[in-house]
Amino acid sequence: MIHSSEVRGRNKRWNRAQRFLCAPKVVPYVFVAPFILVFLLIYLYPTISTILMSFQRIDGPNISEFIGLKNYRKLFSRNYFMALSTTANYTLWNVLILVPVPLLFALMIHSKLLKWPNFFKSILFIPSLTSIIVAGIVFRLAFGSLDTSLANKVLGMLGLPARSWLMNSGTGNFVLIALTLWRWLGVNIVYFYSGLQSVPQELYEAAEIDGATAMQRFFSVTLPSIRPVLIYVITLCILGGFSMFTESVALWQQNNPGGVGRTIVGYMYMMGFYKNDMGMASAIGLTLLVLVLAANVLQLTAMGFFRKED
Amino acid sequence: MKKLLSLLLALTMLLGVVPALAEEQEPVSLTLWTFQEPHTQFFEKMLDLYNEQTEGPKIVLDMQVYPYEEMHNKLTIALQSGEGAPDITDIEINMFANYLKGDIQLEPLNDIVEPIADHLVMSRFENYAKDGNYYGIDHHIGATVAFYNTEILEQAGVDYKDIKTWDDFREAGKKVLEATGKPITTWESNDCWSIYPLVNQHGGDWLTEDNEVRMDEQVVIDTLQFMHDMQFVDGTVQPAPGGWHHTEEYYGWMNGGGAAAVVMPFWYAARFLNYMPDLAGVMKVAPMPLWSDGGHKTAQMGGTGTAVVKTSEHLELAKDFLSYAKLSFEGNIQSWRILGNDPILLDVYGTDELNAPNQFFDFFGDDMFEVVESLLDDVPNTCLTDAYPSAADVVKSQMAYELVIAGTDPAEIAKNCAQELRDMIE
Repeated sequence: MIHSSEVRGRNKRWNRAQRFLCAPKVVPYVFVAPFILVFLLIYLYPTISTILMSFQRIDGPNISEFIGLKNYRKLFSRNYFMALSTTANYTLWNVLILVPVPLLFALMIHSKLLKWPNFFKSILFIPSLTSIIVAGIVFRLAFGSLDTSLANKVLGMLGLPARSWLMNSGTGNFVLIALTLWRWLGVNIVYFYSGLQSVPQELYEAAEIDGATAMQRFFSVTLPSIRPVLIYVITLCILGGFSMFTESVALWQQNNPGGVGRTIVGYMYMMGFYKNDMGMASAIGLTLLVLVLAANVLQLTAMGFFRKED
Repeated sequence: MKKLLSLLLALTMLLGVVPALAEEQEPVSLTLWTFQEPHTQFFEKMLDLYNEQTEGPKIVLDMQVYPYEEMHNKLTIALQSGEGAPDITDIEINMFANYLKGDIQLEPLNDIVEPIADHLVMSRFENYAKDGNYYGIDHHIGATVAFYNTEILEQAGVDYKDIKTWDDFREAGKKVLEATGKPITTWESNDCWSIYPLVNQHGGDWLTEDNEVRMDEQVVIDTLQFMHDMQFVDGTVQPAPGGWHHTEEYYGWMNGGGAAAVVMPFWYAARFLNYMPDLAGVMKVAPMPLWSDGGHKTAQMGGTGTAVVKTSEHLELAKDFLSYAKLSFEGNIQSWRILGNDPILLDVYGTDELNAPNQFFDFFGDDMFEVVESLLDDVPNTCLTDAYPSAADVVKSQMAYELVIAGTDPAEIAKNCAQELRDMIE
């Protein structure tokens, strides 16, 4: 038997808890609690422990020793700067190519002149669903060093000598960008396409009445209207560029000839797992964090992201 | 009621006893990690034989195959966190030193290795040793040999048996190039399987036991110079298509008669069977050519050490099984039959079991082990200290590239690489 006083007591306690949780001062914290928890556990804790580890030598389970700045002193080696330049180079080309090309395609798909836009949308999106490892093997073979590889056959038809595509930094970076473009083109097209669809049609009509040419319409109506999407895609390209790893591994595995194609994340991975030097890997990771933050803040400021809207 | 209760009580007691009785019979489950799928076939076979032959507890082996990188990452994390590690694990030779740092989480295997040390190729055990303790048992010797394409050599009028020294090899290269337009062999530009065997056979190495860098010694420069001259002066060597001898490109090219020879460890024989089937009956195995100014008959290269993890709940059983699988006569025969390895147990050489017909003899002819046997008395050590992963990386990503692709002056390569390695391990 449950006594009615007991029920009342339980109800009272429940009511008190409910009232506390619903109090205007408390409720916002309740709503953000899940995020805060996740943030603390999955972001802040690893960040802090990475900072700590970057000053340590880690030898095994719970065996670590503070070694001051030694990791950082060893950090700035030839390999580090080579990886950094590969990454910076890649990021630059990533932004220069993976923003305008998809925008162009999105404009074409959005244009009324194109027949079967959905067909092209799907076709261009398919590569991003493909396994990167499979794509990497196909690209590796297509850009192989033998005279019979696809790329060298094409060069042969043009009367040019065969190349070892993946053995030199210039051509190696070209293949990397080609793989990235092939893979991410469709995704960026989707971003731009959805941005284009939200541009009000009246603006174009008004511009047309004012006698604006197609070029003028693009630069004065389309571009400003899709600025948020543009900022988003560029930010993603910069982030993706700095953190690129899989594409490089798919093409070269861990054997980067003369450092060709080894990115900063690849270098960090190699230090951490291949050489089991977690302290050093943490130091590399932190410099990467600082670099990416700086690059993004610069870019966002330049694009007026922090400007207050009027 | 009371009767019923006491009956129930008796029943429960009985039920409690039954599992205890059954437990004695229940097989012990051990986990094993590997990154080589063929190794599971080998362990499977050895498990069946072990369970048939021993009187102790039977074993159930839970084998997990992961990709190379993933397995070593998982193992690193499991050992560092002290949780989730397997009982037995394969560890690739280049990665092994990583697990011998600090508080070693692997079990010393001295009590199963030392009693039969005279019967084993002990230089294979030094690779996985620290402070006198042996932590891993290899699958093979990995003696470097030369694989010759006799068809191409015949066209050039060269008998592979006449190639005794590297100078002979170089001269043969010129003849092959003249007669067929083909290179005699290939050097790897992305990996160490061309440079390291030649340097090590010549008497060189990358490090001393105390992590002193030996990369700029004269023997290294001389070896690199020889390789450089064959490629850039004679033009009889070309870079391996795809960068190394384990790529789809290389397999296809070599299978079509791309080069007259390849110098690789004995275990490379299995790659011919799997990926270059058209060369059956054409390829022959011969000893590595010798250096005229000293050095050794061969170099032991590559490998995978199988280790027992300290946190295992069945340490003794795991060791007993490992000992049976990899140190017994039967285990070493199976390692040859299933995996195509040159066994680490000396007792098996010259026996009928080893020389029984199999797919490898069909492919290369039945004199394969005469070649290996002739090398066994002179297998130099390789010095794999905790700085070795760094040295291997310098060789793979810098030395091989500068030698084979960039064509840099060998003395300069040696100097730069030694400096790079010193900076890394200072």
